[in-house]
Amino acid sequence: MQVAELLRFLLYPTFYAGMLRMMVPITLGAVGEIISERSGVVNIGLEGIMMLGALVSTYVGHFTGSMVLAMVSGLVVGLAAGFLHAGIAVNLAGDQIIDGVGLNLFAVGIGEVLLYLTWGSFATSPQLPPEVRVPSIHGFSPFVVLTLLVAAATWVVVEKTRWGLRLKAVGEDPVAAEAAGIDVFKVRTIATVVGSLLTASAGVFLSLDWLGAYTKNISAGRGFIALALVVFSRWNPLTALLGGLIFGFLFQLSQSIPSGVVPDQILWALPYLVTLLISAGFLAKARPPGAVGRPYKRV
Amino acid sequence: MRLDLRQYAKPLAESALSVLIGVAVGTLLVILAGYSPVVFFKALFGGAFRSRNAFLDTLSYMVPLTLTAISFAVAARASVFNIGAEGQMYVGALVANAIGVVALPNGVHQVVAILAAFLAGGLWGWIAGILKAKRQVNEVVSTIMLNWLAFYLVNYVATYHLYDPKAPYKTEYVRETARLPELIPRTSLTLDWVLTILIAFLMFFLVWKTSLGYEIRATGINPTAAEYGGVDPSKVISISMFLSGGAGGLAGAFLVLGRFGFITTTLTNILNWGFDGIAVSLVGRNHPIGILFSALFFALLYNGALEVQVATATGGKTGVPIELVLAVMGIIVIAVAVPGLWDMVQERLLLRRKRVEVREEAAGTVGGE
Repeated sequence: MQVAELLRFLLYPTFYAGMLRMMVPITLGAVGEIISERSGVVNIGLEGIMMLGALVSTYVGHFTGSMVLAMVSGLVVGLAAGFLHAGIAVNLAGDQIIDGVGLNLFAVGIGEVLLYLTWGSFATSPQLPPEVRVPSIHGFSPFVVLTLLVAAATWVVVEKTRWGLRLKAVGEDPVAAEAAGIDVFKVRTIATVVGSLLTASAGVFLSLDWLGAYTKNISAGRGFIALALVVFSRWNPLTALLGGLIFGFLFQLSQSIPSGVVPDQILWALPYLVTLLISAGFLAKARPPGAVGRPYKRV
Repeated sequence: MRLDLRQYAKPLAESALSVLIGVAVGTLLVILAGYSPVVFFKALFGGAFRSRNAFLDTLSYMVPLTLTAISFAVAARASVFNIGAEGQMYVGALVANAIGVVALPNGVHQVVAILAAFLAGGLWGWIAGILKAKRQVNEVVSTIMLNWLAFYLVNYVATYHLYDPKAPYKTEYVRETARLPELIPRTSLTLDWVLTILIAFLMFFLVWKTSLGYEIRATGINPTAAEYGGVDPSKVISISMFLSGGAGGLAGAFLVLGRFGFITTTLTNILNWGFDGIAVSLVGRNHPIGILFSALFFALLYNGALEVQVATATGGKTGVPIELVLAVMGIIVIAVAVPGLWDMVQERLLLRRKRVEVREEAAGTVGGE
């Protein structure tokens, strides 16, 4: 009886709309990272890219009042971050981890500085006007449909096309791929930029659709959860979609259980704990792309 | 044995260049935001020297910066990317605080609290190490998740159990018997500063002068080769993560037993030192001696940024917040990641020199006619 009362929220469509919303950013980030890692490039900067995408789209939306401009500018941030990472990790064959960590630090710092200098608050920007926000359809976000399409399309491209074959060849064995006439640098650069672009779109979703503002630490670890989801999915975009739904369910659950039943902190910690446990439990047999994380240099 | 200083010249130049780029971008941001660069620079680099107390305060900021950097560096020597110093520090701070409020004799009290915080931080780091070693869990993901878990753990204990009944926004003060003695009376420079320097030298000894250190470095360079050489990489990874976590735990303990005496329930007084440590370690080339100098520099920058916040808040304008340091650190880390940064600059300079020579030659010919 009491448990049934507590879990009543499971009966309402708002719970499922919320769960689908929760699924969007981590799945978009994970699918983007799958594309990147399939070519052999790890990008630890997902968290920062999400934040910067959200920050810039909020800024542009706030000052221009245009949703299209806001979206485009958020995506441009993704392009820029993608080319930066590709420049360092692909063209210069540098370490693939360090610059991403730098980008994450930068994003947290610049977000706080701009929030405070522009709006005098360390916590949040003012709500964006309705014409800048992505309208929801019967309480459901259009980004949900976009996420489904992106995951499916990525699966088709990676598994069923020549381009996907090249991508995987470069990620498994760049030396052999180059010998077969594939331009390793070009493929890796494109994959990195596309991955970064998808991650930035997750940021745009957070600010223009979900929250309608930029808030402190807006991505709240979702970039890293997306990284965990990549491994959980075994580099398969469709499995990433499924994993995104599971995470979305857990996130929404942790917010829906009425407070006072268990200490809030335990509920808030739940998604991170589950990410850790899932990483530890399911990932043991997963095999990453052969050359992932290893810079390629022409001999 | 002769010390060849030239081998240090290039890394030093690259670190200096990265720092320069970071500060330049920071300055640009400040100018774009409409502040005077003169005021900014004066405050940023003069902040630490404006008074005796400000300078001693700056020195004391070296403590968390050095220890969280060591937390990053020890694991980095084993090729493990520990970005969990933040969470390890939270856990260490909590344990030191919890032990600090019970009754123990002075002298024993500090030692017990410090050791317990070291073990707690070590355990927190070890979790990520063992997950990597046994279950191939990416340490970047696991340490970030452990940071969040540590945050909520400390937030929970501080809110429900360790809170100060008179001021529930923070934990109970640790007893006087648990506080670290002040090196100079009535300043924030306490004994932990000396301990921190000692720990940096201890890391040098451990990593370069012991067989465990040799195994750590061998695993870091090539785990497969190390394994053929009789090293157990999974053991090395979990031990190095334990030691890393321990250093992170000490950072938290020293903040509580030295500077503050308490934690706010939302951890606001100890946030971000763990992330700062990544930049400190990278600029210090993951070497304890480099880290000490790098920590001193970032401590100056940090204190300077506090001064910037005050100095730029004039004429009705809001001051540039201290978080600017995080953004600058981010840029510095990105610059550190650019391989051959120094070579690129040198090439450009040499190229220009050559061009100038060519032009001079040409000019010479023209002039000779």
